[in-house]
Amino acid sequence: MTTPDTSGAAGGGTRTPQVSYRQARSLAEAVFEVGGLSVFYGDHEAVRDVNMSIGDRQITAMIGPSGCGKSTVLRCFNRMNDLVPTARVHGKIHYHNEDLYGREVDPIEVRRRIGMVFQKPNPFPKSIYDNIAYGPRVGGFKGNVDDLVEETLTHAALWEEVKDKLKTSALALSGGQQQRLCIARTIAVKPEVILMDEPCSSLDPIATAKIEDLMEKLAEEFTIIVVTHNMQQAARVSHRTAFFTADVDDKGERHGRLVEYDETARIFSNPSDRRTEDYISGRFG
Amino acid sequence: MSVPQQRQRTASGTPGFLKRSQPRYGEQAVKVLLVAASLVSVLTTVGIVVALIPPTRDFFAEIGIGEFLTGTEWAALFNPPEFGVLPLVGATLLITLIALVVAVPLGLGAAVYLSEYASPRTRTVFKPVLEVLAGIPTVVYGFFALKAITPFLRDHWWFDEPPQIFNALSAGFVMGIMIIPTIASLSEDAMAAVPRALRDGAFALGSSRMQVSTRVVFPAALSGIVAAVVLGISRAIGETMIVAIAAGLRPNLSWNPLEGMQTMTAFIAAAGIGDVPVGSIGYKTIFAVGSLLFVLTLVMNLISIRLVRKYREVYE
Repeated sequence: MTTPDTSGAAGGGTRTPQVSYRQARSLAEAVFEVGGLSVFYGDHEAVRDVNMSIGDRQITAMIGPSGCGKSTVLRCFNRMNDLVPTARVHGKIHYHNEDLYGREVDPIEVRRRIGMVFQKPNPFPKSIYDNIAYGPRVGGFKGNVDDLVEETLTHAALWEEVKDKLKTSALALSGGQQQRLCIARTIAVKPEVILMDEPCSSLDPIATAKIEDLMEKLAEEFTIIVVTHNMQQAARVSHRTAFFTADVDDKGERHGRLVEYDETARIFSNPSDRRTEDYISGRFG
Repeated sequence: MSVPQQRQRTASGTPGFLKRSQPRYGEQAVKVLLVAASLVSVLTTVGIVVALIPPTRDFFAEIGIGEFLTGTEWAALFNPPEFGVLPLVGATLLITLIALVVAVPLGLGAAVYLSEYASPRTRTVFKPVLEVLAGIPTVVYGFFALKAITPFLRDHWWFDEPPQIFNALSAGFVMGIMIIPTIASLSEDAMAAVPRALRDGAFALGSSRMQVSTRVVFPAALSGIVAAVVLGISRAIGETMIVAIAAGLRPNLSWNPLEGMQTMTAFIAAAGIGDVPVGSIGYKTIFAVGSLLFVLTLVMNLISIRLVRKYREVYE
């Protein structure tokens, strides 16, 4: 990206005033089928009864106010919730028609196919090279690591910036570069799906624009699900958008639920639910 | 709660209105006390070093430093005396080495288990119990070595020559048990301090728990882990009671752990509680050995700081 364009039209050259909606392909091939998904932390039901299907090689955005359970849902897709001792997942998540939470399913195998990028850039305190090489190495990669590192960094549009300092610590990079390194590290494992949990929330607008460019490029090959607080971002990059909100019960506990899930253009121009409309027009959240 | 009374404030704009309006004696006093508290330990260290110097200097005025460091015969309090310190140094190193062979794998294993595998409930039970082990008086460990480990080894020895009553093996083994809590507890602290985000990142790339522990958490916690091991070594080198009781008091230059031998600390303790006249050469010997012990520990600390600088992975 040579001219940082933060006006909102991050890709495709469309010049709508605020946002550019990406055209959603048909949902003919669904990667994930989610039905009746509820997640508990201890006795607390954090998310209840989510139903949605995620299309192949699309960018699906999940938006909504804080505490509405969108990150919790995201973490179900690669079984990161397994690492929270009190978390329990009910309902079904099928990945290519296979039950992700089936008895025989190995979460490690799941995570090699479904990668994840986190809110705060979390490169390992190792060299840039070793950050990329880590995933393939633990996965038993036998080929030429040098080639893989170059190929991956090129793929993630980071090669030109770091090719002369591959052996220096990843922590010396800027926040935006660190986050792109984390994306690169994820695609080095050659996953099919990339989950992104507010990938730009700690970045400035220019770094954000670069990540969004990268997301669009990656969507040609990968299925991407992105949780974001930034509605413009959802509008700019995603094909489909899921809007979550939280109901507060009489005990004051919040239960997230999926309100509306549709093509992004429709969510932002003509939502069918009043709460969606209130949220995207900035009346709450 | 009543609203605190606001003092009269100098009007903004009058000359010097931003000056301190009331003296804060309390803060000064607290600062002085805090400085004094930290000075006590620093001054004690300095004092010990200073106290070591004159007798050590006197000692080397009489006995050549070469004879001291390379001699293989130690009979400082006998007649004729011999001042070759190698038997004491050798015993110290051998027993410390045995202790480390026991304590490093077990201590690090316990630390990895507690930090990466154990449930929070297990950890809250395990860690205090482990730390109790560190509170057992070393004299108890010493008798445990002499009265339990050594007889057991002698009864169940399956090679030809059983260990002597006093031997380095039992002393080193029990010393290893003694420093396990030090190594385990401090290493666990270091590993637990590694940010969760790094673990999450590694898990999300398809790592097993073992890979996360060994390839991400362990390198990130390395400086703390090395510090833990160094502290363990320091305790082992400085440990006196166990070796005096279980390894015996006979200077013996040997790498055979089945024999009895006297360490530097054991010599200092034995000579110190004996009736060595102040100012005699025997008296000065205690300080010379003490100085050597001090230098050894210092050098080891410096080496480990170097190693840590080179290999650690700094997170944030």
